[in-house]
Amino acid sequence: MLAYLVRRLFLMLVTLFGISIVIFLLLRIVPGNIVDILFAAAGYVDPADKANLEKELGLDQPLVMQYWHWISGFLRGDFGYSYVSEKPALQEILPRIPITARLAGLALLFSASIGIPLGVISAVKQGTRLDYALRVVSLSGLSLPSFWLGLLILTASVAMFGQMPIFNPNPQTWLEAFATYAVPAAAVGFRSAALTMRITRSSMLEVLRQDYIRTARAKGASDAAVNYRHALKNAILPVITVIGIEAAFLIGGLIVTETVFNIPGVARFLVEAIRWRDYPIVQNLVMLIAVVVVSANFIVDMLYAVFDPRIRYTD
Amino acid sequence: MRSVWTLAAMAALSVLTASTITLAGEPKQGGVLRMYHRDSPANASILEGATYSVNVPFMGVFNNLVIYDQHIAQNSPDTLRPELAESWSWGNDNKKLTFKLRQGVKWHDGKPFTSADVKCTFDLLMGKSQQKLRQNPRKAWYSEVNDITTSGDFEVSFDLKRPQPSLLAMLASGYTPIYPCHVSPADMRTHPIGTGPFKFVEFKANESIKLTRNPDYWKKGLPHLDGIEYTIITNRSTAILAFVAGKFDMTFPTHITIPLLKDIKSQAPNATCVVEPTNVSTNIIVNSSSPPFDNIDIRRAMAMALDRKAFVDILFEGQADIGGTMLPPPQGIWGMPKDKLETIAGYGPNVNANREEAKKLMQKAGYGPDKHLAVKVSTRNIAEYRDPAVILIDQLKSIYIDGELDVVETANWFPKVARKDYMLGLNLTGNSVDDPDQSFYENYSCGSERNYTNYCNKEIEKLFDAQSQETDIAKRKPQVWEIDKKLQEDVARPIIFHARAGTCWQPYVKGVTIMSNSSYNGFRYEDVWLDK
Repeated sequence: MLAYLVRRLFLMLVTLFGISIVIFLLLRIVPGNIVDILFAAAGYVDPADKANLEKELGLDQPLVMQYWHWISGFLRGDFGYSYVSEKPALQEILPRIPITARLAGLALLFSASIGIPLGVISAVKQGTRLDYALRVVSLSGLSLPSFWLGLLILTASVAMFGQMPIFNPNPQTWLEAFATYAVPAAAVGFRSAALTMRITRSSMLEVLRQDYIRTARAKGASDAAVNYRHALKNAILPVITVIGIEAAFLIGGLIVTETVFNIPGVARFLVEAIRWRDYPIVQNLVMLIAVVVVSANFIVDMLYAVFDPRIRYTD
Repeated sequence: MRSVWTLAAMAALSVLTASTITLAGEPKQGGVLRMYHRDSPANASILEGATYSVNVPFMGVFNNLVIYDQHIAQNSPDTLRPELAESWSWGNDNKKLTFKLRQGVKWHDGKPFTSADVKCTFDLLMGKSQQKLRQNPRKAWYSEVNDITTSGDFEVSFDLKRPQPSLLAMLASGYTPIYPCHVSPADMRTHPIGTGPFKFVEFKANESIKLTRNPDYWKKGLPHLDGIEYTIITNRSTAILAFVAGKFDMTFPTHITIPLLKDIKSQAPNATCVVEPTNVSTNIIVNSSSPPFDNIDIRRAMAMALDRKAFVDILFEGQADIGGTMLPPPQGIWGMPKDKLETIAGYGPNVNANREEAKKLMQKAGYGPDKHLAVKVSTRNIAEYRDPAVILIDQLKSIYIDGELDVVETANWFPKVARKDYMLGLNLTGNSVDDPDQSFYENYSCGSERNYTNYCNKEIEKLFDAQSQETDIAKRKPQVWEIDKKLQEDVARPIIFHARAGTCWQPYVKGVTIMSNSSYNGFRYEDVWLDK
């Protein structure tokens, strides 16, 4: 197990190194840098001014040097300065992380707390009206884009209550906090919940047909004991995998949700930074996300062993 | 007797009503004006900016030497008012403009304002300073200024190469704040210091911009507001819903499209909304340096095929203006009168007749029903650009031109245009001052950096200079109209239409005036107050 851990950690580092090169190169392949964009916005270009600005920002250096400056800084925890705001990149990124983390955490919580129980119910009640209704709900969750759902929620709340759940950095009441985080989390988490529901249902159905479930029933175990103690515990592995993958995909959903609900999190900030080709922000932020995703995958793999005693990683 | 009592009661009532009106009209102090901002500006430096995303939120931090009256919608030479300059005078030969400066004005950090600050600001703009602006989009405005000289702490003079009365108009633009000498251009990008009614508090990118009342403002009793807070909301639907729900006192200026205006009026019927021209023209840039548009006949045919009214009807439900380079009257000061405009080929009301003429020109150039000309119509990937480009392509079909839409990301748009890697382009041109000198020199002068098509006509250059030196507006106008007509006939940058847009505010917001011939000059907000 220890050797496996070490090997996985080594692979993590190699993966992150590869990701850093891909991020860096992709950003340079995208046409135009911040200097082009600033001058495009001004509607003119003076070659001398442009050269000065490129020199000031270090964009005149060879790519290898630019990469080295960035990655060595990242490893030291020096994220450089945002080209746009001219503030330390870390100072720009850090306050936004908890906001997105709260949203993502709540969305995942929503996904698991809604998706898993409803998936179990749907499987247990297979072929009933309730099953069909839940399947329609899950299908709609997969079909509705989160930005559309978000706009629908906003429009409905304005039309019905004359209120707008817009981001409040310092919520004073429980209701304000709820409106700030829970509503957008539900909007973005609905899709994950639907996916979780479908995976739970199919996984449960497979497990419920196994011999040991029949044996448990024959021994007189209650429905609840069979469904939750025996079936769900064995059906949960693929669900955990899906939730782990969804954690990585969630950032995509959060970009639009943060835009629609005007939440100043890292997801929307990242898109704006890409728009400006603000390399220090984009590179460091994507690397941080990569670290989180790679770590999440690692944790999911470790959780397998916790949930399924049959799985023990050996060489 | 009864009628006497009735009269007395009516008189008392009318006095009461009159006093109520007076009270309601009396500005109240206090309150924070909450607005949304349509996007996150690159920085806070107005001198380096070229979009009103910068000068709307930060104009209140500063003062100009002179300013357009903030309560008259139409900017004109008659509405120029002194600000940091108490008065101005022209020398006998109209080549020296001298300003007497206001005394006792302090920067937000407590340092005194003097003539040195004025000289510093314009040396920076003219590129004569040790310090440099990262970008200097309006350097050309001061090409006729030889030097800035100071005489004591409170007098400053602009020495000109030749008379240029429009200099005052450019000094009155929201784009011409006076910067302090003691703060570097870099610091002005992140923490601007001004002399204006509001002090900068913070700018969080993609989040918010906050200004607070300057308690030491040199205009006693102003501003009325305790502050202004902009929440940056890039999603227009979210922003408008928030305004409707009462989260904001005002929309971002001219951010409301004509179709959206109906939605707002239905959901927030008490809101005050105005629709004004933005002095932004939608136009066609033509690459006349390579085939097929090096052929003047094809250029003219294209210009004659335009059905401008259709653009206006489809995109603005009829609420936009047709004109030449200069914004059309009545809001535009210098635009051609309708009868003159309609003498230009392609501007006549009979579109079918225009197109028949255009077809003849195309046939002369070798194209016809059996041989269509294939062109790419390049434009930016923004709805305001894309939508008219699609209509343009549809209209070009009528004269044997098959257009293909070429959508270009913003980062690529300008480099693509600069290297002439396009055939036709659908472009938007914003004019920050309604004055021919700004528009002609910036967009049509030989060698100007913003003259995207490299149009260069030495004869017209002479006319540019002639109108520029004319001090009599009545004499200058016909000269301007003649130049504008020639620019359209040369197909220098065919103008399709001049856009209009809406701004809304809650009924308790008082003292807001949306400028009708500029989107850049009306955001000092020192007189705005909240009646609640």
